[in-house]
Amino acid sequence: MNAHPSLVIGQPIEIRDAAAQPEAMVRFETVSKTYPAYRGKPGVVALQGIDFAIARGSITGVIGRSGAGKSSLVRLINGLEKPTTGRVVVDNRDISALTGRDLRLAQRSIGMIFQHFNLLSSRTAADNIALPLEIAGWSKADIKTRVTELLALVGIADKHDRYPSELSGGQKQRVGIARALATRPDVLLSDEATSALDPQTTRAILDLLANINRELGVTIVLITHEMSVVRQLAKEVVVLDAGHVVESGHVADIFTHPKHPITQSFLAEVTGDSLPVSLASRIVQEPGSQAVIRVQVRGAGAGDTLIARLARELGLDVSLLSARIDEIGGQHVGSLVLGIPGGEGAAARTQAWLSHHQFSAERLGYVA
Amino acid sequence: MSPELINLIVQATFESLYMVGIAALLGTAFGLPLGVFLATSRKGELFAAAAVNRVLGIVVNATRSTPFIILVVAIIPFTRLVAGTSIGSTAAIVPLTIASTPFIARLVEGAIREVDAGLIETASSFGASPLQIVFKVLIPEALPGLLLALTLAVVSLLGYSAMVGAVGGGGLGDLGIRYGYQRFMPEMMLAVVVVLIALVQLVQSAGDYLARRVNRRLRHR
Repeated sequence: MNAHPSLVIGQPIEIRDAAAQPEAMVRFETVSKTYPAYRGKPGVVALQGIDFAIARGSITGVIGRSGAGKSSLVRLINGLEKPTTGRVVVDNRDISALTGRDLRLAQRSIGMIFQHFNLLSSRTAADNIALPLEIAGWSKADIKTRVTELLALVGIADKHDRYPSELSGGQKQRVGIARALATRPDVLLSDEATSALDPQTTRAILDLLANINRELGVTIVLITHEMSVVRQLAKEVVVLDAGHVVESGHVADIFTHPKHPITQSFLAEVTGDSLPVSLASRIVQEPGSQAVIRVQVRGAGAGDTLIARLARELGLDVSLLSARIDEIGGQHVGSLVLGIPGGEGAAARTQAWLSHHQFSAERLGYVA
Repeated sequence: MSPELINLIVQATFESLYMVGIAALLGTAFGLPLGVFLATSRKGELFAAAAVNRVLGIVVNATRSTPFIILVVAIIPFTRLVAGTSIGSTAAIVPLTIASTPFIARLVEGAIREVDAGLIETASSFGASPLQIVFKVLIPEALPGLLLALTLAVVSLLGYSAMVGAVGGGGLGDLGIRYGYQRFMPEMMLAVVVVLIALVQLVQSAGDYLARRVNRRLRHR
């Protein structure tokens, strides 16, 4: 699979043709980032050959394992780090070339939320949200109006005077989101913003982010190691591994046809390629009463009538041993594990039929 | 105890409070910015100036390792230059300030370094300038620690102030040595110690109370 041309390490991979589409909100142009050796620690190449664009108004997930370079990537977007080579262009401005006051002004149009919320413990929810406005030099009256508006937007109008220590994790992140949106940024960077939250709260926060994207048109960049975040929210995805972009594109395309092993391993978290223990323990390689075949399901409605058609067209009493199907970017992704009676001949006919109908399938063995 | 002696104690208490109060104010005025700078000027930090940081660190350590009584007599010419005299409570404020500044600076540095580095990054991410980060993030977030540091500094100053009797600085310590020890008046010594204990208790309780009031990290209602 590594033979695929777009997977050659270091090759530019683009979500969209950056030159032809001037509406890119964030554009990485052959960016690399190396941290120099310091106090006996060797230098680290965090990112290399990064070349992609994030469309204005999109929700883009950047997914990778720890150490893949996600944090460096997000810090390049808001200018907290400078690229070693290349340019990072945000809203048609080369943020990597800005310094001092110019950089600080540009940073006001880029909001950021954090895994550990990073709220000031000494300020109430309202005053935390006010902080970026104070920094930007807004008047007291304007700040007051805007803060009230923002608290309502994130659904915690009643928490105005609460200190962070009095808020739950989800409420703290809502304060974080309100604070990030205070100066009306064009881009919202989310650095593992839901990684410290429970699944229910995560869902609520992701829904809030989806609303914000829809209603305010803010471009959202989600840095995450969690497939569920990309699955629920992102429309575009960039898969990062060892400092390189290994795949990028529409979420549905990437995850219905994952090419890189890293992408496949992320997908496996959702589709669960591992079999239920009770079934796995029964599978043997010697011929038995039923052949076990796993069929990959990729695309909208792909697996809907599969079993019925197999039964009708091949006249087999197909049994469903295990199944897991999920939805990513509106596409069905998952696998069905079928038991095919009738010995080797029936199993071979089934596999031929499946491959004829463009299903990817594999024989796992037999059950007695 | 005769009214004269009580009068002496009251006067000495005021002298002590005067020296310690002014020295604490001046020590904070110099020590707070110095401490903030020490906490933010290593390589890669807000006001990165590693060489200056190192030199200041050496100066601070040198001042702190000089025994206070030696510092008092060693800087007499400087004291005369600043205060116009080297004798009396006002003159004593000079060595007290010089001793408390690096002490307060180190305590401030410690309190500021306790602030989560993530908050500095957060403020930078919304375009805060280094000074805005100091005044809007570091100092407010470190306030409970800073108040406790200041309390500790005042308590230490009360101890130091007992030594400035050596240059005629007056105050409670001086009274205790001259009357309690040199004139064999144990009741005077006891009275001085009791007043000092009461002062330290008062300062510590007030400091603890203020630090608790401004600490919003864990609130139990």
